[in-house]
Amino acid sequence: MKNVQKQKRANKSLPFFFKDEFRVSLVIILISVALLITTFTFDIVPPILNRGIQPATFPKALLVLIIVMTLLIYYLATKNPWKVEKKLPRSFFLTLSSFVVFVVVSKTLDFFLAISALSIFVSYCWGEKRIFYLLLVGIIFPIIVFIFFETILGLRFPPGIITNIYYS
Amino acid sequence: MMAPLFSSKLLLVLFFGTLFGLILGVLPGLGPTTGGALILPFTMTLDPLSAIVLLTSIYCAGTYGGAITAVLINTPGTPAAAATCLDGYPLAQKGEAGRALGMATVSSTVGGIFSVVILVFFAPILAQLAYEFGQPEYFALAIFGLTMLASIGEGSPIKNLIAGAFGILISTVGKDFMTSIDRFTFGINELTEGIGFIPVVVGLFAMSEMLTQSTLINQVFNRIALKAIKLPSKDDYKKTWKTILRSSGIGSFIGVLPAEGGTVASLIGYSEAKRFSKNPEEFGKGSIEGIAGAEAANNAATGGAMVPTLALGIPGSATTAVILTGLIIHGVRPGPDLFREQPDFLYGIFGAMLIANILFFIFGFFGAKIFARITLVPNKILWPMIFAVSVCGTYSLNQSIIDVWIMLFFGVLGFFMRRYGFSVVPVIIGLILGELVEGTLRQSLVIFDGNWLMFFTRPIALTFFILSLIALAFPLIRSRKIKKNND
Repeated sequence: MKNVQKQKRANKSLPFFFKDEFRVSLVIILISVALLITTFTFDIVPPILNRGIQPATFPKALLVLIIVMTLLIYYLATKNPWKVEKKLPRSFFLTLSSFVVFVVVSKTLDFFLAISALSIFVSYCWGEKRIFYLLLVGIIFPIIVFIFFETILGLRFPPGIITNIYYS
Repeated sequence: MMAPLFSSKLLLVLFFGTLFGLILGVLPGLGPTTGGALILPFTMTLDPLSAIVLLTSIYCAGTYGGAITAVLINTPGTPAAAATCLDGYPLAQKGEAGRALGMATVSSTVGGIFSVVILVFFAPILAQLAYEFGQPEYFALAIFGLTMLASIGEGSPIKNLIAGAFGILISTVGKDFMTSIDRFTFGINELTEGIGFIPVVVGLFAMSEMLTQSTLINQVFNRIALKAIKLPSKDDYKKTWKTILRSSGIGSFIGVLPAEGGTVASLIGYSEAKRFSKNPEEFGKGSIEGIAGAEAANNAATGGAMVPTLALGIPGSATTAVILTGLIIHGVRPGPDLFREQPDFLYGIFGAMLIANILFFIFGFFGAKIFARITLVPNKILWPMIFAVSVCGTYSLNQSIIDVWIMLFFGVLGFFMRRYGFSVVPVIIGLILGELVEGTLRQSLVIFDGNWLMFFTRPIALTFFILSLIALAFPLIRSRKIKKNND
């Protein structure tokens, strides 16, 4: 409890644009406004086909509601600031970047390779240095999962340099 | 009633579902919602009854499994077990881990069985009432379900509502189901079918948890050794039987309310146990009543949450949202017609939940020591494996790589939502209710010829709107009361 109060006091002393409540609210509002603008590009249905309301009306109403509620939480946060979150550690950013690498590898090289590489990378970054366990999470387990999904669910995985070898 | 269950295949499904549910419940960060979402693609190989039996047994056992971790390492295996930590861990520190787990097992079983009885009697009545519902009533009911999001958990009600509205917004992506006009597709063909439920659930729960775990890799848990689980003594039964019954009632009632699940039930069950206790000063220091109150309530919420799910198609909790998706994927439309047309199917589910509650008692009693060891699997091994299953499971439903990327996107989003105090559960509920809300609103407006005020001329709809206002006001009244008590 004391820690939370301490963190809240620390947050109070920051300029407003560095505060989490400002940055989070700003991001939500900016995205909502962008989406709201997009809704104006939706096709308009002629009255004869219109079922109750136009297709854009409902998302518009939702986005306005989200913006209003976000302004409300920001207003409330000026009176009762959020606690300052701890800085994210290096392991978080490494895991996050492994997601990006996964997307790139799965798109350009191979789906299996992407899973395997991410598993080994994450396990290693989180402190696993033993080769057997790295092979277990990065190769043995994904192979079991692949075979299981392929035989039980009859799944066909996307083509790639390793998957093609398996299917051929 | 349980005739459909007397097949070796279904009993096997039930057995493995309970076992798997317990393992999921024990592992912090997983739990029945994530586990249910991960297992959903596998259910495609099963018939509808086996699939739902598998999901419901995971739900019942997973909710109980969270107590093992709560007592032994002071970390709730599932959010519903958070209140169990308050007294379970202090009691375990006193060398009475076996007694604490014994009480958790018994009260969970009683709560679970009590709620199945409620489900058997109450769901058909609710389904009967639902025959009176037209589109406006369903719209008002869905709004009531969404406003209930304001009071889930301990987080900010407005943040919960924002998350719920965001969930509904996700449901609008793709071709408009009434006019076939593209919305938020940004020219991406794969988005015209909309955003699937599984990528969102797996992303928000499993992947965001993986990112959370990446911030905690240096965290060390103090594990308390478990010698053997002990059944409660006569004295313990005398002390707690009223609490168990009261919490079972509270849990079942909270479960029936749309969107509210085991987490809210256990918090209320715990605080009511404290309020009625002769020894409230013992709470937080290892009170056996505290464990009984929390555990009976969270397991009682399982049967309760199935009531609106089966009778109305409105999820009673995040996990029942997954079960609801399972029903829809298997071509079973929940609602009043289900009760008239497929009673065998329903009674199969009821019977399965009853047996699952007995099975997890047996597994818990004889195997808690083994399940406790599962928590020793290091995260650096466990989470990469979960990642592989998540990716393949998400891909398998539509064989779409875009679904996998969507899952990763929601994983990152879910991490930041949780970091800044936005619960991810409302997003799931919003997503599942989104189509119902918009569809019934538009159809109602067609019926009313565009006159919004006509909603208030329908007594059932008006009742739900009034209940929605109460649901919105409740967190405000609660926070004022807490503030007043603190002053």
